[in-house]
Amino acid sequence: MKIFWMVLGVLCAHVAQAAVFEHTLANGLKVVVKEDHRAPVVVQQIWYKAGSMDEVTGKTGVAHVLEHLMFKGTKRVPVGEFSKRIAAAGGRENAFTNTDYTAYFQQLHKSKLPLAMQLEADRMHNLQFSAGEFAKEIQVVMEERRWRTEDNPNSLLQEKMMAAIFQEHPYQHPIVGWMSDLQAMTVRDAQDWYRHWYAPNNATLVIAGDVQAKEVFALAQRYYGGIPKQTQAPRRVYTEMPQVGIKRLVVKAPAELPQLMMAYQVPVIRDPQKDTTPYALEILAGILDGNEAARLNKALVREQKVASDVGVGYDSNSRGPGLFIIEATPSEGKTAAEVELALRQQLLRLAKEGVSAEELNRVKAQVVASEVYKLDSVFYQAMQIGQIESIGLSHRTLAVMLEKLHAVTAEQVQQVAATYLQDDQLTVAVLDPQPLPKQGKPHSAGEFHAH
Amino acid sequence: MRISSILMVVWCCVSSQVFATPHIQTWRTAQGAKVLFVENHDLPMLDVSVKFPAGSGYDAAEKAGVADLTNQLLKAGATELSEDDIARGMADVGAELGMAVDQDSAGVTLRTLSQAAQREQALAILAKLLQHPVFPEAILAREKARTIAALKEAETQPESIADKAFNKAVFGTHPYAFDAYTTPATVEAITQQAVQDFYRAHYQARYAVVAMMGDVTRAQAEAIAEQLTAQLPVSGEVAALPMVGSLTAASEQRITHPASQSHILIGAPGVARNDPDYDALYVGNYILGGGGFVSRLMDEVREKRGLAYSVYSYFMPLKYTGVFQIGLQTKKDQAEQALQLVQQVFAKFVAQGVTEKELRAAKQNIIGGFPMRIDSNRKILGYLSLIGFYDLPLTYLDDFTQRIEQVSTVQIRAAFARHLNPQAMATVIVGAPEIRETK
Repeated sequence: MKIFWMVLGVLCAHVAQAAVFEHTLANGLKVVVKEDHRAPVVVQQIWYKAGSMDEVTGKTGVAHVLEHLMFKGTKRVPVGEFSKRIAAAGGRENAFTNTDYTAYFQQLHKSKLPLAMQLEADRMHNLQFSAGEFAKEIQVVMEERRWRTEDNPNSLLQEKMMAAIFQEHPYQHPIVGWMSDLQAMTVRDAQDWYRHWYAPNNATLVIAGDVQAKEVFALAQRYYGGIPKQTQAPRRVYTEMPQVGIKRLVVKAPAELPQLMMAYQVPVIRDPQKDTTPYALEILAGILDGNEAARLNKALVREQKVASDVGVGYDSNSRGPGLFIIEATPSEGKTAAEVELALRQQLLRLAKEGVSAEELNRVKAQVVASEVYKLDSVFYQAMQIGQIESIGLSHRTLAVMLEKLHAVTAEQVQQVAATYLQDDQLTVAVLDPQPLPKQGKPHSAGEFHAH
Repeated sequence: MRISSILMVVWCCVSSQVFATPHIQTWRTAQGAKVLFVENHDLPMLDVSVKFPAGSGYDAAEKAGVADLTNQLLKAGATELSEDDIARGMADVGAELGMAVDQDSAGVTLRTLSQAAQREQALAILAKLLQHPVFPEAILAREKARTIAALKEAETQPESIADKAFNKAVFGTHPYAFDAYTTPATVEAITQQAVQDFYRAHYQARYAVVAMMGDVTRAQAEAIAEQLTAQLPVSGEVAALPMVGSLTAASEQRITHPASQSHILIGAPGVARNDPDYDALYVGNYILGGGGFVSRLMDEVREKRGLAYSVYSYFMPLKYTGVFQIGLQTKKDQAEQALQLVQQVFAKFVAQGVTEKELRAAKQNIIGGFPMRIDSNRKILGYLSLIGFYDLPLTYLDDFTQRIEQVSTVQIRAAFARHLNPQAMATVIVGAPEIRETK
């Protein structure tokens, strides 16, 4: 315990050095700057509060399609030029779409920040839409869907599980979209999406690296300041009906081993200061799977050998409803049912007997250490700020959340396990592995070139 | 002409930027381990890597998989430390222990807080598992079962099937293919004795490369290097691997799979780490298929035709000639079209080389992006380990931009011609479309 507080002290000293600054432009664009002077580099990330959960039935995948189209040019920066200019500046760039947000980033030498800002600001309001570029890009997105989901048993299982868990909430739809929606999508759909969501007052600009906050604010004003604010229709808020009983599904796919996913509907952070449950669930996830010595790996993989892999996922930060997900791959010869039983025994034991002080401290030691380790990645620090801002909370709550995590008690962990890991809120998805068809005789090169 | 002189001015500015590269200190321990150290107190943490020539290339054909199991089992227990003690001991201080194996090397990485209490506990455990592992029989059996299960699973997944078939086609019987020849039977054949023997032969101090980056002093670093290596096994010399032969003819394998996409891999043995052509090949490959959204392959396959989400090429430089690979996935009914297109782009690239404009753009990116290669402790640790393991000059990072700058279009074309023959490439297509039986 002494060690723990000592480290926390050191940590706080470092956090104090690395201050975060924020400033909101008149058009509503919030700019957050994290100074980090260890290397002469900078990352720019722009986060739009528009993700797949803002899509409507029949148009799923449009948030992600638009993300692809954002590289297709403006009047001033023709198609392909964005990437070329960033590359010529020595930069790396990409983008990602999530259920809750869409984000774009560039990493460059600090002297190239104005270029990155100029390009990013330009495509915030000047994107050009062409039916020809759309027609090609939608094919690329369909290839991405085939690769990421359709031919990947684990993703397929997860996609179908999400669709089974949520009845009304858009989390039931995959981020990449359903294939038939992609097939039906038009350039107009993407354009509508862009017009609706891409505005300075629906975005957060995060700049991290070897910069001075004041200068960044001035640059932001220069490049983004002239983009007009947009009136935004109120966001549709979905209230998922309570789950009233266990759900089970089976997915067949070419594979050797079964897979098991157990997903419990649980709360997420809504009021960072007052909430306690989400923090206790975070610690619970750590107790079960947060380190090499954690319970599930020790019990199921190492001791009982009933599973060859096990993992737990819980994210207390999301705009939509939360899930506490346990995944496991049964060992050869074991069934998903046997693994489920073994997992349930562990959860029951925890709910009944609680967790030891030693386990709790071990998880908190991970929290402390990861707060230090994250300082080694400017990109990750910017990510954390962008994510929290995009779900409607301030980056300042990160410090609050850290305190709240450290305050979690063993009793609270036991209590949330007993309260929330209940069958009525559970969905169990099982991958039923299908053997591959027998191989025909291998074809030689000659046959291929014959036609 | 005016345009190009403007570009030249920009170019000069790019290349004249001066970046401070980390100051690397190096020495050998009493037992002969090579140490590379960068002292840096910005963050209260320490990263350590210890690497040995103990990769899958040193497997035996009939026991393929032994390098990987040996590496994994280092954390299965050591004298006076059970598997649980190791896991708990590391977790209690928030330390992260990683194991890694490739064709050349195997090793461990440790990330720990640098406060004495945490650091000393984590290093004491690491020292034990590196120097006094016990490879318990029961845990070996368990890990063999897990490995076999993973192998069987991999045999059903198109990407893994393609990788294995491809590596066999590229490396033939060379030990660099042993990883691809790992099967349930070869793993089953691995005994505790085999693991112990492999450990004793390959985890020797004289071959060890210790890299350290972070918040300790030189004196502390010296003590740590001794602590981690002084009691490593001492045994005979490890035999060198044979040279990797070139492919003499094209080959093509089509493997059926119910997946919706075909997975296409094209390649051949490419280049060794210390080959003087490496820089030219690296820069050339940036233009061919390494440069993210701006490469020729990306432009032709994805941007112009929408045929794939991902298409890439890379060289994996190893101690001996490592692989060159082009890869993509596309839906089955356009696999032929995509394959032919990629073959054309590649053949043209080798025959005609790159333009001055392309080369300039490549250099701007690689040189301009240099600061991002060394902007974190983790990345610098990676370079220390690389420099140490492959005997690269200590000035490798200092000279990096200059070496890239010196690459010419002529060199790129000559280097590709020397290393790759478009007429003698191995091609693997998994999830191949049905072949029309025409003559």
